[in-house]
Amino acid sequence: MSADSDAERSRRFREAALPHLDDVFTLARYLTRDPVDAEDAVQECYLRALRHFDSYRGPAIKPWLLAILRNVCVAEFARRSKQPAPAESTEADVNEDATPMWQEPQASPEAALLRQHDDKTIRRLVDALPQPFREVIVLREVNDLSYGEIADVAGVPVGTVMSRLARARSMLRAAWNVAEGSTP
Amino acid sequence: MNCSEAEVLLHALIDGELDAGHAREVEAHLAACPACTEKLEAFGAMQEAMAAAHLKDAAPAHLRRRIEAAMPAPATRPAGPGKSRQATWRTFFGGLTIGTALSAAVAASLVIAVFRDDQNQQITSEIVSAHLRSLQANHLTDVETSDRHTVKPWFNGKIDVSPPVIDLTAQGFTLIGGRLDYIDGKEVASVVYRRREHVINLFVAQGLGSEHAAVAGATQHGFNVRHWTQGGLDFWAVSDINAGELDEFCQKLMGGLQPTPPPS
Repeated sequence: MSADSDAERSRRFREAALPHLDDVFTLARYLTRDPVDAEDAVQECYLRALRHFDSYRGPAIKPWLLAILRNVCVAEFARRSKQPAPAESTEADVNEDATPMWQEPQASPEAALLRQHDDKTIRRLVDALPQPFREVIVLREVNDLSYGEIADVAGVPVGTVMSRLARARSMLRAAWNVAEGSTP
Repeated sequence: MNCSEAEVLLHALIDGELDAGHAREVEAHLAACPACTEKLEAFGAMQEAMAAAHLKDAAPAHLRRRIEAAMPAPATRPAGPGKSRQATWRTFFGGLTIGTALSAAVAASLVIAVFRDDQNQQITSEIVSAHLRSLQANHLTDVETSDRHTVKPWFNGKIDVSPPVIDLTAQGFTLIGGRLDYIDGKEVASVVYRRREHVINLFVAQGLGSEHAAVAGATQHGFNVRHWTQGGLDFWAVSDINAGELDEFCQKLMGGLQPTPPPS
């Protein structure tokens, strides 16, 4: 393999992968909930992606990059979970009854209220979701992936994506309405 | 359609993921159900609010610089300072195995060829050992699922190749998962299938053994081993099922691998 083809490969990788840096960083930020950890995860993701770029044959590079990023984060969580760390609730822990039930709207229509939250509040509410639900809602609403792409990234069937997304939005809606009640 | 069905599908509706038939069914339910209609409006409003909010983060400039610095020099820059780094990166990509004259002979015949070259005999031994290890060490799969959409992305970023994962359940070979393994000193993907009570390990890697366009095989310690090269990847199947069934498995896989999608 000549240096020219290496450089050519590198150029193709830059052109394909670097435009998605913000998307990759965003998912990393939501998965790690820490900007510094997110930077490390993104750097590792791009190094791995470049290393494996020759095997990349998929139609869309964004989901491929996000899948690698997710694998990096999951491996890091697994490594850290061997050390004592604050418990993270998982899908199994989340009981349907544990989330506050949606209360019927009062005088003002809910839809209008739902539009009033500012960016900061919405980010806080998304960050508070348990991992599998946070992941699916960010991939859908922020990274703008299709259900099929989310299934590939999260490594679950499309049916699971649909049920998680329904649960994620229900939890977010409940939290949203509680937050609505607490803001003046 | 009842409310609990509609509750999941209305998300697919607002995400534009429903086909026309299902969309009509959900809409028919919504027309008759004020509770679900209210949910649809609330979730729709929430989605709009999220789209309007700035939820995406811009990657910090220093991170972008760090990542760019870790890459080989672009083609426009003259070779020189970047050379040592390029050499480092190049080590990640081994050269392709050169096809032997044997592969042409094998391709011409429909009979299963017997491995003659030393390299493939040595790999055959390693394949059988890896197969035995996977059965004994209670480490058959790292990711256990019958869904090929789960197995395939699991390998992303773990290994240099993206192994094709093909569902052969209808043909009597059940996909049970995937695993990373080591053959000939390199990381390889293993896609694991089951035929009745028998396990089939399918090892996939680049440049693992000499090229064989048609299926070639051997038997060692009562295990049947098959090898072929397709789409630039080397496939090695090993199992204690009889030779005829393993050949059938290989033929179905080769059939499933074709036609290869055009390069995009």
